[in-house]
Amino acid sequence: MASRSAPLTSELFSNIAYEAGFVTDIQSEQLPAGLNESIIQQISEKKAEPSWMLEWRLKAYRHWLTLKPPTWAHLKIDPIDLNEIVYFSRPKSMKDAPKSLDEVDPELLATYDKLGVPLHERARLAGVAVDAVFDSVSVATTFKETLSEAGVIFCSMSEAIECHPELVREYLGSVVPVGDNYFAALNSAVFSDGSFVYIPKDTICPMELSTYFRINAANTGQFERTLIIAEAGSRVSYLEGCTAPMRDENQLHAAVVELVALESASIKYSTVQNWYPGDEEGRGGIYNFVTKRGLCKGDRSKISWTQVETGSAITWKYPSVVLRGEDTVGEFYSVALTRQKQQADTGTKMIHIGRGSRSTIISKGISAGQGQNTYRGCVKVAPTAAGARNFTQCDSLLIGPHCGAHTFPRMDVMHPNAQIEHEASTTRIDEEKLRYCRARGLDEAQAVSMIVNGFCKPIFQVLPMEFAVEARQLMEVSLEGCVG
Amino acid sequence: MLTLHNVSVNIDDTPILNEFNLEVPQGEVHAIMGPNGSGKSTLSRVLMGDECYQVTQGAIMYQGEDLMALSPEARAHQGLFLGFQYPVAIPGVNNMTFLKTALNAKRKALGQSECDAMSFMQLAESAAQTIGMDLAFLKRDFNTDFSGGEKKRNEILQMLVLEPKLVILDEIDSGLDIDALQAVALGINALRDAGRSFILITHYPRLLELVQPDRVHVMMSGQIVMSGDYTLANTLEEKGYGWLASNTVES
Repeated sequence: MASRSAPLTSELFSNIAYEAGFVTDIQSEQLPAGLNESIIQQISEKKAEPSWMLEWRLKAYRHWLTLKPPTWAHLKIDPIDLNEIVYFSRPKSMKDAPKSLDEVDPELLATYDKLGVPLHERARLAGVAVDAVFDSVSVATTFKETLSEAGVIFCSMSEAIECHPELVREYLGSVVPVGDNYFAALNSAVFSDGSFVYIPKDTICPMELSTYFRINAANTGQFERTLIIAEAGSRVSYLEGCTAPMRDENQLHAAVVELVALESASIKYSTVQNWYPGDEEGRGGIYNFVTKRGLCKGDRSKISWTQVETGSAITWKYPSVVLRGEDTVGEFYSVALTRQKQQADTGTKMIHIGRGSRSTIISKGISAGQGQNTYRGCVKVAPTAAGARNFTQCDSLLIGPHCGAHTFPRMDVMHPNAQIEHEASTTRIDEEKLRYCRARGLDEAQAVSMIVNGFCKPIFQVLPMEFAVEARQLMEVSLEGCVG
Repeated sequence: MLTLHNVSVNIDDTPILNEFNLEVPQGEVHAIMGPNGSGKSTLSRVLMGDECYQVTQGAIMYQGEDLMALSPEARAHQGLFLGFQYPVAIPGVNNMTFLKTALNAKRKALGQSECDAMSFMQLAESAAQTIGMDLAFLKRDFNTDFSGGEKKRNEILQMLVLEPKLVILDEIDSGLDIDALQAVALGINALRDAGRSFILITHYPRLLELVQPDRVHVMMSGQIVMSGDYTLANTLEEKGYGWLASNTVES
């Protein structure tokens, strides 16, 4: 965390007595706030997990105690009191939730309107405490049938632990080890739920998998855990998130996503992240501290990350690919927008281990208002990775005089015939471009939106079709009032 | 169509136009020539509503209305078109997309229905053919990696599609080869009619030979110092602006 944050050290946490934790009625659906081994035991118990899962969580927790929050990111983070967090609650506490749409922030509702979110969806997204806000059952049923015919497993992580323990045991933590970093370790200890995907050998997943369609997807909580396994010769495209802003009471989100691609398998993972960014003063926004990593385990496998990040007060996220197999391919395509007082420190790591592994990084950062946008990238070529190639292009666009763009590319090349290319640019939406567009009859908002969409085009092009249309619209709405 | 009466303009408190007067009647083509720094480009920027320029006195009437009361985009909607001396590039935005957005912004402002993709394509292609522009240009990113001449042709293409009422072309002919110059002239002549007026700002008589304007004005130090028919351009070419400095009589 940044220098001005309070000492959030693990020592501090471990010394806090957690009396309430031990007297909780085991039948209640919510554990008291705070974090200690007893809480973790209770989480595991409530989820009726096997003992190996509990051991795994405890191992992560004990390791986490030895870690300190990272301070290297170009972010200013107010201290987070991890002992005020409720790590288990089922259903999620609705006591603070709005009772109807009338109680929801009108700004949020106005945004839904602009984005064309269907009426029946708005209440769910706004977090209104209604039992069955919308009925997705019929959609989900058809969906499940098609998938099961193909042998694809797509379920919640809890269900996977119960029904497919052999797969979970083999792969969980195999890409992001429990002790990988402070937030990943925390997630490993306390993760609430998440998604599990398994694509059998030589299977092309018959549809785009979207969190939107998974029952139980709502309220997976702030410590989401996702694991996708693509067996040899299989293919899958996974969509995470949606363009409508999500209202959420939890300030800290520390998710972990692990992808495993076996021989000749291909995984495409697309994200649109639009969590609440806080108000204009930056109050109340979400901290999105995510660890996403894919392992190209088999030869000729491919993992592609595409992200459009417009939300959250603070984003700390580096979807990465470990290119272990020979002739593997890793891709990272990103658009990150920061406005108001948003901060983003995002980028990727491409770790080349296999011979002939190739990676492409295209990062587009847009800063407006007082937004701060940092690209942080690392390209590593191991001595084993003969013929490795990387191409990185990293562009920043500034809107207005008070925002910032920063770039921290890093390259560690340990093979003499690796080819690494890096291109970078920083441009401002200059007055002359706006004047030109206005002279052609576009108003300022249309002009900015057009210029930004042009800037983002290489990324929008690789998004699944429907997402791309939504992403363009999202960008337009997000940029309203950024100029002038 | 357009009347400027005693218009004075400053940029950062430096006077550029000084009690400037000009009358462009409907259906006429006027050329404005003059040495560098005489205020020609300032005139075009003021007409388009560039906020960097402060109009300190005078009146600008366009179709009988106060032009200064309109925003730059509203001026475009009302039929004003400025061909830029240095057109900008917008990477990632298709030439067609840009032009279609511009056309539909105008149509929307005028309460007309939006032009659909099919009829727009026909419109754009026929405009491109008028000026001998390769159709491949329509699909490229807007002015991105265009040569100087290609950018100028693209300005003319936009002019043809947007069908403005008053066209101001700021040094549209600078840096053009003969073919491109012909194309620009073709575009202007194609659009020239009794309901439409043009102001051509230029240094060279070549374009004026191809277009044959109704009037040629010479600007010096922020004022029009001489006006005449298009043969004035040739006289200037022969004698230079120095001749004018010693002979500032309006004809």
